[in-house]
Amino acid sequence: MSFLLSRVATLSITAAILLYAVPPLLKAEAWVALAILCAAAAGICYLYLSKRHVPAKYLVPGTVFLIVFQLVPLLYTFSIAFTNYGDGHRGSKEEAVAAIERESLKEIPGSPDYALTIAAKGGDLVFLLVDRETKAVQAGTADGLSNVEGAEVSLTGKILSAPGYEILPAGDRDAEVQALAVPTARGAIKSSGLSRAIEFEKTRAYAADCDCVRGEGKEWKASSETGYFVDAQGNNLLQGWQVNVGWSNFARALTDPNVNGHFFNVLIWNFVFSIASVFVTFVLGLSCALALHSPRMKGTKIYRALLVLPYAMPAFALMLVWRDMFNKDFGLINRVLGLDHDWMGTPASARLALILVNLWLGYPYMFLVATGALQAIPRELTEASGIDGASAWQSFRRVTLPLLLVALTPLLISSFAFNFNNFNLIRFVTNGGPYAVDNNLVGKTDLLITYTYRLAFEGSGGLLGFAAALSTFIFIIVAVTSAIAFRRTRAQEEVYS
Amino acid sequence: MRMIWRHAFLLCVVAFALLPVVFVFSAALNPLGTLGSSEIIPTGASFDNFVKLFSDPDHSFGRWMFNSVMLALVSAFASVFLGICAAYAFSRMRFAGRRVGLLAIMLIQMFPQFLAIVAIFIIFTQVTELFPPFGFDSIWGLLLLYLGGALGVNTWLMKGFLDTVPKELDESATVDGASHAQIFFRIILPLVSPILAVVALLAFVGTMNEFLMANIFLRSDDTKTLAVGMFGLLGPDNRNVNFGAFAAGTLLTAIPTVSLFYWLQKYITSGLTLGAVKG
Repeated sequence: MSFLLSRVATLSITAAILLYAVPPLLKAEAWVALAILCAAAAGICYLYLSKRHVPAKYLVPGTVFLIVFQLVPLLYTFSIAFTNYGDGHRGSKEEAVAAIERESLKEIPGSPDYALTIAAKGGDLVFLLVDRETKAVQAGTADGLSNVEGAEVSLTGKILSAPGYEILPAGDRDAEVQALAVPTARGAIKSSGLSRAIEFEKTRAYAADCDCVRGEGKEWKASSETGYFVDAQGNNLLQGWQVNVGWSNFARALTDPNVNGHFFNVLIWNFVFSIASVFVTFVLGLSCALALHSPRMKGTKIYRALLVLPYAMPAFALMLVWRDMFNKDFGLINRVLGLDHDWMGTPASARLALILVNLWLGYPYMFLVATGALQAIPRELTEASGIDGASAWQSFRRVTLPLLLVALTPLLISSFAFNFNNFNLIRFVTNGGPYAVDNNLVGKTDLLITYTYRLAFEGSGGLLGFAAALSTFIFIIVAVTSAIAFRRTRAQEEVYS
Repeated sequence: MRMIWRHAFLLCVVAFALLPVVFVFSAALNPLGTLGSSEIIPTGASFDNFVKLFSDPDHSFGRWMFNSVMLALVSAFASVFLGICAAYAFSRMRFAGRRVGLLAIMLIQMFPQFLAIVAIFIIFTQVTELFPPFGFDSIWGLLLLYLGGALGVNTWLMKGFLDTVPKELDESATVDGASHAQIFFRIILPLVSPILAVVALLAFVGTMNEFLMANIFLRSDDTKTLAVGMFGLLGPDNRNVNFGAFAAGTLLTAIPTVSLFYWLQKYITSGLTLGAVKG
């Protein structure tokens, strides 16, 4: 019974997803996506209807999400890193040509002039156009012009009805009306006021024979290296397209003097920050755990409850609270200490402040895991070393600490990897600042991840290809560092037990 | 005598731990509601800041709270379910590619999802055009993205815990004629509920705190989560003025996580440590 039930459930969920996802894909003619979707659906049906492949039944749900939202973006990032994708280079060459031609549209005196009626066909906006002289009726969409038969035209040129079209009141869907350009041989027809449309002429046009854009007496040649149309003087048109640039994004990070000075400084600070963070949080967390680790200690419960409080508070909000406690003019710290120090304005104190905030946020976790690991170490071991004449410090240093490190190294490494990319902390507390006067792109406390984010999404931004290359660098650095650290521990053998 | 030093040290750390929390508390009660007038010891008590927070016409704090809690709950449940399924397979079954799979999960997770922001941005630009409910400006698109991270460190943690559950239980159930699904849902899941609670809590807190992806995804005020919304509350122009309302919001945000946390605390220590020791 439950066998049947679970099969029916699986099939209906799959069917529901297909019913929802297929129509928009069909409409967009996204055949590849459609094929992948259908293949995945078929695979899932086969898997859950058959009695075999039991492990896969448990692994597939999580793996599907892992592949689609983790692995694919990862691989896609690597591939973007080899392109110039970004502002001005977002689409294909055809899209760039279309944009250039659209932007060059100009009204030419004496150009054809139509009476305009707006209408809809299947929900899409249509211009119904009546030629002032011939009275011929045409329908214009983003795809071009087509003839309309049997329309009823008033004396002023307004269309009263047309078979297959729904006439819309003037002023309806205004934004769409203004945006619609009906392509024609010479240019495009656009609306001009509520009841009039004019044919605009494109002053720049693509010519296939020379692979260039011509117009206004000039010529811009297509360059497949930069993804721009460039004239004889080397000036390019604003709109470009996406091209493969090979390793140049990677090379730029390492060799461009405008970038690589920052890149190495950011990288060094990034290492200092993440190692220091792991170190101070571990030392404080372990000290607290050790202080409480005594049978004669009183009040351990209340201490524990208070010590882990920072772990339970909403981190993002408390980061902002810390930032404002360090505020120069209104901050608590300056007022209490009677100082006027611009904490976030000088590099050294901003960095110190960041590590202090990270200590506050991070030590409870270390405290929790160190407490657990301490309890797992048999007391006989330290007692035995005590009998052998070791001091408390010696038995900690020689017996407890090595055992703790074996257990906790994987967590220390993952804490390093986390702090290496601790975006939230930097974004909330300093936002990368302080910045040098002549450089607002990279600040003194920027990590690679915040620097990358700014390149891609903020300020002059839009350098998505370059940002992807930097992301790839971060991947490699984190992976190599973690791999080396893992090698030095026996962690890898233990996890397979 | 040595105990006194321990108490002195711990009291210092507790003071450090409580400093910002107490500051938030008194700032939330501070009737003036500005950063410059907030002290550690409350100078007055009023609920003006809470009223301001909910009545502000430019911001819909209630809505952010709802979005955040909804998103965090659904993503916690879903990611625990996906994770425990995989952990069950890794712990109880032997199949080709098991080691590689475990290692692959670890490796892929080592590259945090947000390093791929550029690619995710491009992918979801397409998704927004095709399926608006799962694209930008929707918490459901964000949910899908978060579930991509469901298999990860938590899977290892749960596998470690499952390894401690005796195999004889499954074997005797198999002899009695139970199917693998029955064993999983009826026997294993109830036994491992403490670790499920811990992982769910960690996922819940993680989602509540997530800012980077949410900030790219959620643009309009109605769809924002607490992290994105409250960050905006302290924008460059109103950092000083809105601080009281922000502190009030922080306290309200802390209530669900802090109470869940203390309720589950004894499981958290054992859960994290098992994950550490057993991998």
